[in-house]
Amino acid sequence: MRKLALSDEILLNIEKPARYIGGEVNSVMKDKNRVDIRFAMCFPDVYEIGMSHLGIQILYDMFNRREDVWCERVYSPWLDLDKVMRKKDIPLFALESQDPVREFDFLGITIQFEMCYTNILQILDLSRIPLHANERSKDDPFVIGGGPCTYNPEPIADFLDIIYIGEGETVYDQLFDAYKEWKASGKSRREFLERAAHIEGLYVPMFYNVSYNGDGTIKAFIPGNEHAPAKVKKQVIMDVTDCPYPMKPVVPFIKATQDRVVLEIQRGCIRGCRFCQAGMIYRPTRERDVERLKEYARAMLKNTGHEEISLSSLSSSDYSKLKELVTFLIDEFKDKGINISLPSLRIDAFSLDVMSKVQDIRKSSLTFAPEAGSQRMRNVINKGLTEEDILDGAGQAFEGGWNKVKLYFMLGLPTETEEDMREIAQLSDRVARRYYEIPKEERNGKCQITASSSFFVPKPFTPFQWASMLPAEEYMRRASVVKEEFQAQLNRKSLKYNWHDAQTTVLEGVMARGDRKISAVIEEAYRLGCLFDSWTESFRNDLWMQAFENTGVEIGFYNLRQRDADEIFPWDFIDIGVSRRFLYKEWERAMRAEVTPNCRMQCSGCGAASFGGGVCYEGKN
Amino acid sequence: MKARIKFRKYGAMRFIGHLDVMRFFQKLMRRADIPIAFTGGYSPHMIMSFASPLGIGLTSDGEYMDIELTAPVCSAEAVKRMNDECVEGIEIISLRQISDEKKQSGMTILAAADYLVSLKKGTLPSDWKESFRRFITQSEIRVVKQTKRSEKEVDIRPLIYDWEFKDSGIFLKLAAGSSENLKPDLVMDTYLSCIFMEDEDGVCLPGIRQSVQDEPVFAYHRLEMYADIGEGTASRLVSLESLGQEI
Repeated sequence: MRKLALSDEILLNIEKPARYIGGEVNSVMKDKNRVDIRFAMCFPDVYEIGMSHLGIQILYDMFNRREDVWCERVYSPWLDLDKVMRKKDIPLFALESQDPVREFDFLGITIQFEMCYTNILQILDLSRIPLHANERSKDDPFVIGGGPCTYNPEPIADFLDIIYIGEGETVYDQLFDAYKEWKASGKSRREFLERAAHIEGLYVPMFYNVSYNGDGTIKAFIPGNEHAPAKVKKQVIMDVTDCPYPMKPVVPFIKATQDRVVLEIQRGCIRGCRFCQAGMIYRPTRERDVERLKEYARAMLKNTGHEEISLSSLSSSDYSKLKELVTFLIDEFKDKGINISLPSLRIDAFSLDVMSKVQDIRKSSLTFAPEAGSQRMRNVINKGLTEEDILDGAGQAFEGGWNKVKLYFMLGLPTETEEDMREIAQLSDRVARRYYEIPKEERNGKCQITASSSFFVPKPFTPFQWASMLPAEEYMRRASVVKEEFQAQLNRKSLKYNWHDAQTTVLEGVMARGDRKISAVIEEAYRLGCLFDSWTESFRNDLWMQAFENTGVEIGFYNLRQRDADEIFPWDFIDIGVSRRFLYKEWERAMRAEVTPNCRMQCSGCGAASFGGGVCYEGKN
Repeated sequence: MKARIKFRKYGAMRFIGHLDVMRFFQKLMRRADIPIAFTGGYSPHMIMSFASPLGIGLTSDGEYMDIELTAPVCSAEAVKRMNDECVEGIEIISLRQISDEKKQSGMTILAAADYLVSLKKGTLPSDWKESFRRFITQSEIRVVKQTKRSEKEVDIRPLIYDWEFKDSGIFLKLAAGSSENLKPDLVMDTYLSCIFMEDEDGVCLPGIRQSVQDEPVFAYHRLEMYADIGEGTASRLVSLESLGQEI
């Protein structure tokens, strides 16, 4: 029987012991003496969040297909266990073998959102791996970072040995082969990193030197080691149909956030919304073959026993075979008690028809993401959704029996005026009015329109990477303007307005576009006790502010400044295929509120065609 | 057609709570292709009921769940299919057809359960067997039972059907089910609260337990669950499994 790293006494006195015992259906056990490489794959948040992440399931499966690699999983111990482990001096362990992470060859950390940065330090600290890459010895695992936040890895660059830029499917095999060779050679830790720096897409931060201008901006960012390239090229897997996909994903015992089969139907998005990082970094859009997806659906439902299947993509409605796939899923699985969940669908006649088949209209709500209240603002962000689209879609939904609608907005977008803010409430009211146009006897009581707004955070590699942000107080003032406008609406009793917290927005802004100087702040915040910053119950803004003060780092420098056209950004050394020239052109168009057509309507020459496939070459065979 | 599944729960699975064990079985039924029936409505769920939830930390050789089948399955074949799709810590022992009557469900007919209690940690006084014998052979054992609303004093002695020293531990046969239910940890906690508080005659004086160095901690293992098929006042306990037939 498997041994456990934690005693009964500990497990019976913490929340959800199932987070720490492993042994789930489809988890992979191997003999550690018969593999060459032990890889600990970490999502630095609590188990239920981490287990819901598709990327880890893909890499876990892909790595474990290799006989010489055993990939295991690690998540952040929740606050209760974190305390116990520190007090009793228990090292962090991987779920499968329950062995200490420090014994592994690699610790891979997927970095999905900025507010997990202190959790990365928790993982290293509890694993007893020195926090700084340059303090590690030959006995320490190589720490690799990956995921969307690593498109600006600089705030966490000091803590990582290697950063994998782009999609994981391409060069891990090369890295593993190089590792085996290095391990046999007895060379130094540094020599392995030099070898890794030669692999396309791998960035070794310690091999680069950054110098700064008097005003704090970057003067130069240059390799300080002959093995390190000046530009690191984003990795993209062009054939998304024949690349590995996990047929047997791990099934948690406890309910994870994503407790279902996830079918990734495509990567990338044709839309080009100017605030959206995913829409730029995952270019070009690549579709997975529909026949393959049908096979996957069958196999994955059978192998997991899940009672729900969900499609995953940035914009499912743009998948060219969506109708065929959804019809298949309904015909094949509806009668077997399988729920079909369809997120990110554009509301139109087809999606409403499908949704009426797969969900209970009375209970479910429809979601629209207009992102901005006014048409002008939507043009600025290039959200190709008109008010007519929204009101028509809502109207059809109301006539189909729905009476709950959710609307998502952003506040604090570039060029936003008071009028733009107020239009959020006015648009919500017009949606409600559309509902009350239906004769009283035909409608289903009152409607419920729930509008939520988050504050916009400019992200690297988007047209808005030049934009300035606002101070926390100004965000709150804008939310109160919207709130007040909601109270002035005719249908205010059918409208509800929620807004996101402004403090985390400010921090997210600093982390998103920060440079290497930010690592000191993160480390200080962690030392002061910050952990699980994305959880309201543990977020401590006061400690974060203290950390900025103690390290002498100015938030304003990162957030309140509109960047010059030619400023060197911390992430400029990464080549994502989309050119900086295109992004700047888009920034200028945004300032003029000009809409840019999507990739299928007309190519805008962003540069992603250099990858030689996907939507860029549709119909050009 | 109804069927009763008997299974073991051991090892690390003892940390998986009852609701999650249910979720595990729902997914297991699909993986193993067991033709289980669903309720109707917009969110159909599997027709599945457990005889008695097992608390976190406990292991068992005799757990039961009843399910409704839409088609007959061969018992041996179904058990094999389920075990092939299982995890370490759950083992299916049998699947048997049972009566379709609602009042024959495991949950309804459950009357007693066997437990094996063993010392997991800490130490007991050297004469613990003697003091346990004195404790358990009392004519009544009054304990304060906490309910959600109030506290009441009850006599748990009539709910202890049988006991013996076994394999360096203690075997207990206790009342179980919806009307009378006694958990083994209540018996052992009451015993512990007595052992340091007996008067000269060996009579237990219930009171607040002193904190003891190296306090004993017990492991509880459920062995079997029973229905009472006796007529009138005479009781006759038979295992829940024995009420079903192989398919």
